[in-house]
Amino acid sequence: MSLTIDKLQQLKLLSQQSQLDSDLVRDQIVSEIYKKSATIADKVILKKPHKKLDLDTKLDDILTSRIFGYPIMLLLLGLVLWITVTGANYPSQLLAKIFFGGQEQLTVLFQYLNAPDWLHGILVLGVYRGLAWVVSVMLPPMAIFFPLFTFLEDLGYLPRVAFNLDRFFRKAGTHGKQALTMSMGFGCNAAGVIACRIIDSPREKLIAILTNNFVPCNGRFPTLITIAAIFFGAAAGAIYSTYIASLVVVGIVLVGIAVTLLTSYALSKTLLRGVPSTFTLELPPYRKPQVMRVFIRSVYDRTIFVLKRAIVVAAPAGAITWLMANIQINGSSIIEILAGFLQPFGLALGLDGYIILAFILGLPANEIVLPILIMSYLSQGSMLELNSLAALKNLLVANGWTWLTALNLLLFSLLHFPCATTMLTIKKETGSLKWTALAFIIPTAIAILVTFTIAQMARLFGLL
Amino acid sequence: MENNNNHHAFIHKSYSSPKNNERDIVIALAGNPNTGKSTIFNSLTGLNQHTGNWPGKTVTNSKGYYQYYGSNFTLVDLPGTYSLLANSQDEQIARDFICFGKPAVTVVVTDGTNLERNLNLALQVLEITNNAVLCVNLLDEAERKGISILLDKLSTELGIPVVGTVARKGQGLEKLKEAIWQLATKKISTSPIKIKYSQEIEEMIKMMTPQLEHLLGEQLAVRWVALRLLEGDETIFNSIEQYHLAKQQLLEGAVALCH
Repeated sequence: MSLTIDKLQQLKLLSQQSQLDSDLVRDQIVSEIYKKSATIADKVILKKPHKKLDLDTKLDDILTSRIFGYPIMLLLLGLVLWITVTGANYPSQLLAKIFFGGQEQLTVLFQYLNAPDWLHGILVLGVYRGLAWVVSVMLPPMAIFFPLFTFLEDLGYLPRVAFNLDRFFRKAGTHGKQALTMSMGFGCNAAGVIACRIIDSPREKLIAILTNNFVPCNGRFPTLITIAAIFFGAAAGAIYSTYIASLVVVGIVLVGIAVTLLTSYALSKTLLRGVPSTFTLELPPYRKPQVMRVFIRSVYDRTIFVLKRAIVVAAPAGAITWLMANIQINGSSIIEILAGFLQPFGLALGLDGYIILAFILGLPANEIVLPILIMSYLSQGSMLELNSLAALKNLLVANGWTWLTALNLLLFSLLHFPCATTMLTIKKETGSLKWTALAFIIPTAIAILVTFTIAQMARLFGLL
Repeated sequence: MENNNNHHAFIHKSYSSPKNNERDIVIALAGNPNTGKSTIFNSLTGLNQHTGNWPGKTVTNSKGYYQYYGSNFTLVDLPGTYSLLANSQDEQIARDFICFGKPAVTVVVTDGTNLERNLNLALQVLEITNNAVLCVNLLDEAERKGISILLDKLSTELGIPVVGTVARKGQGLEKLKEAIWQLATKKISTSPIKIKYSQEIEEMIKMMTPQLEHLLGEQLAVRWVALRLLEGDETIFNSIEQYHLAKQQLLEGAVALCH
């Protein structure tokens, strides 16, 4: 049965025997197929003259127009974020109260059972508290944001976004379909990377893969929303707080899109040179969203999926963080030693050593970066308990946070290396270690450059 | 061609058996993006795969199962594509599955509001396989736009069963299952329309046919492979090689089991 190599060779020889120009053959094949389709369609389709103006076309004229296209896009994004920020606050507080009430009960139980301190530490102060933070900080924004996003998706709005952005991607020397893969990235960067398979040219596909990370995913949105709400929202005063917080997140998303385009442009002028290929983007008809389905899908596919992943990662991360905070070497904890080591680097970026450490420990999933950070701060004993977002702000301020820290954390979260899942996906899709390494190095370098520049400028102009 | 590795892995997987059980009947679901393909997939299998309406939503094959008249069916949802001319990876995935995955029936889902363009894909599928059913979906939207389609006539023209559906409302799905079942169990046969090309192309095909039959055996669509060779499609070699490798491994596995 060893037929392949030999027969394949014969097959190739056979194809070379053809005296026809293969391009002409291809053209003919395509045009014959099209002709046939047209003939059949003519015979079987009856079209009534039909006066009603096509609503889809009218809507598209507005939603993808040069004047209104972008403002509407920004407005919708802002609206979705505003609803999320406004709606997430109360359930967040409530969940935090419930969970941290539970923590006291657990502590009492452990004392009653005479459990050793270290066991109570790992399980309650580590695992339980880590989970409590993930659920109370991440769940409410997710539960609001995802259904809204899925609703827009179901409506057929995303292809319009792609249509609007197509022009920019073309100018950046890449494929217009990258606008679609980028939109997928808002859900999950790993999914966005897989979606890059729809791009025909290998060059443009690589660019799309390497830059997908610059739009914030499911795992990062709650962090952005929370930090924006407590730092920028609260600073603006009660009335405007939710608007300002939403605006800040919209701004961050815009920065992400801008960096996507700039990096794509730079790549297509350097490592991945070439001419953009053309394509036609079909604008599918608007469909009435199936509300129940949207709700169920966004809860199952996204909220529960992301939450489950976060919990699976957060439980061990909580335990490890607690251990690192409590194992002493020469009088200081491992976390203090590591954070101390990273401190100069963190400060140069307008952050601190703990934040850098949290991003590194959060490599498995972006969802756990903020919870790890909170736990490492708490372990420093500057505050004993924490059960509200206001308290969270106090904790951060007590650890030396300013508006610069908050802003640079948002930017670093937006721009830094992809999570482990996305990296594995990139390795699978490109089949190359080199491109996977670049997918790590490029975003990280940009994140460092941007935050460093902002921090130095802020210090230079004495804005702090 | 770095991404080829990944592609090979995929093909291998898809041959090694997408089915639950050896006796399952494999059905492929092809179609343009935006035709409600995923909705049909979900309705038939009861799986709730997320649906969305842009190209690229389904870039890998997902599969689900259903029963009809006591037979078990494995439904494979192919990536939504406009053609099978293998310009991109998703088109290649769809093409290779229809050609080498040997589904008992390939269902081509089309958009009733946009039939002409959707027929392009259907005609390409019919070049690969005789066992196909055409599903004209979104008939409600078509009606709203004042379009009506003569399904019976379309069936005569194409030489395969044609079923009209409104998948979102579950209309026509029983008929679709019935048609799939009939074709899969050979209760009905098809005589699909074949496109005639220019005389010189047809002559080349004729010249290549005996040798191709010898090389490929009867299992593969010889005429279709000849056309790919004539149009200089290099990806076909790769696909054929992978197909034979996978088949050989399956055979060796079976031989090992016997001894």
